[in-house]
Amino acid sequence: MTEAVIIGVGLHPFGRFPGKPALDMGADAVRLALADAGVTWPQVQGGYIGSYEVANPDAIVGRLGLTGVPLRGVFNGCATAGTALALAARAVETGEHDLTVAIGLDKHPRGAFAADPSVAGIPSWYGQTGLFLTTHFFGMKINRYMHEHGISHETLARVASKNFRNAAANEKAWRRTPLTPEEVLASPVLNYPLRQFMYCGPNEGAAALVLCRADQAHKYTGKPVRVRSTALRSRRLGAFEVQSPSFPVGEPVDSPTVDASRAAYELAGIGPEDVDVAQLQDTDAGSEIIHMAENGLCKDGEQERLVAEGATEIGGRLPVNTDGGLLGNGEPIGASGLRQIHEIVLQLRGTAGTRQIPGTPRVGYTHLYGAPGASAVTILST
Amino acid sequence: MTTTRRPVAEDLFTWPAGPDDPPWLIGSECAECGLVSFPAAPDCVRCASTESKRRLLADRGTLWTYTTQDFRPPSPPYDGPETFEPYAVGYVELPGELLVEARLTEPDPGRLRIGQPMRLTLVPYTVQDDGTEVVTFAFAPAEEETP
Ligand SMILES: [Zn+2]
Repeated sequence: MTEAVIIGVGLHPFGRFPGKPALDMGADAVRLALADAGVTWPQVQGGYIGSYEVANPDAIVGRLGLTGVPLRGVFNGCATAGTALALAARAVETGEHDLTVAIGLDKHPRGAFAADPSVAGIPSWYGQTGLFLTTHFFGMKINRYMHEHGISHETLARVASKNFRNAAANEKAWRRTPLTPEEVLASPVLNYPLRQFMYCGPNEGAAALVLCRADQAHKYTGKPVRVRSTALRSRRLGAFEVQSPSFPVGEPVDSPTVDASRAAYELAGIGPEDVDVAQLQDTDAGSEIIHMAENGLCKDGEQERLVAEGATEIGGRLPVNTDGGLLGNGEPIGASGLRQIHEIVLQLRGTAGTRQIPGTPRVGYTHLYGAPGASAVTILST
Repeated sequence: MTTTRRPVAEDLFTWPAGPDDPPWLIGSECAECGLVSFPAAPDCVRCASTESKRRLLADRGTLWTYTTQDFRPPSPPYDGPETFEPYAVGYVELPGELLVEARLTEPDPGRLRIGQPMRLTLVPYTVQDDGTEVVTFAFAPAEEETP
């Protein structure tokens, strides 16, 4: 098999864009990615496109050019963009396409997601009585984690503050007002111990990547970014997952993040100690803390010291969510994971501007987690 | 005036329930491997058996984790009262059975702790236009038993 490399990235800003359809944001992101790669739409041989709100995101060809290209819609909850990238890379690796795209776009209304629990295979009473909120899971998971591993409320606040500070240096981020840990801790509790400024919000945006065969990359760029591995896992019985009316007794089983992470490291032949910069699913500040350990980047409980030392800051030993993460950018579900990849590509190219991490980063890591217990990991390198 | 009460769903907990009829959650047990499920599930997610039997679950357990709900959930699906009262949510471990997610009767996180003994109860979580109270299950902090 040949290897897939990323030769172009494009990002539509994340935020609120009244009157602008998601397809138009997606088309803008694709045009940016094509320009970045130095290719034109008719050269694209196929692609994968993900969205939660847009029923037929493949209609984007009506904006980009009716070339007959196969464009397959994918949806996998918060792991949608990871899936789009994985399939695009696979199409290159197997020789189906020499040049392909991965696209994500979404436009969510304001406020928390509301849906009928039946779409998740859960009875109606679960929603009627006020249990069907994904935010409960995040509150309960970090509450238990803090109890077991000695994580403080201040550490939650420092994580949120870091991500808003990073977002402030990112012209395409949504929440660009820096907040001190004290300001984060002064915001109202939404789901104890999580406060308003510790949660991300659904919003709008789009992102796109252009991939090609590694042996042809020289035609387009001097700095291809290699897709070293992609892995996707769903939940196993006994894992504590979002939207679970119950789960079995006994030692909790590892989350799908742990499973996907291990698989991705093994496939890549790269270990956690090699990771120079990471983008982790920070649905809330607690999730970023837990996901550091679940992705093998530290031991359970070490986060308290690492965050206090500034290890996850842009100038630290292991920068996390350098573009502001979900807290700073919000979450248009279909686009979120490609926004993560976009940032890693800039960091590995050394073109992330004022957010650029020091040194010569070689390995980047991205991670997604969402309902009903699905996780996607991608490992990239120079 | 007598108040009419009804459960939020059939076959979720025993009904009617009163001072002499304490409520029980209705789960199921896989006939092949014994896995306990709640709510009752016809199919087993461990061994894929389609044979199960009804099982009433323990009415006492310990609090495994918890959080609070400090804003009114979106409606639908939530059909609680417009005048929102914050509530708490947690997982209670029923020993040897499962961990069940439920409302907690104590809304103050400062008065909840992981490992706390809890017991099952029913709470009216909303009132319909005709005055009918709709009842759901919840766990309340239980007296600590001295050994
Ligand atoms: Zn079974």
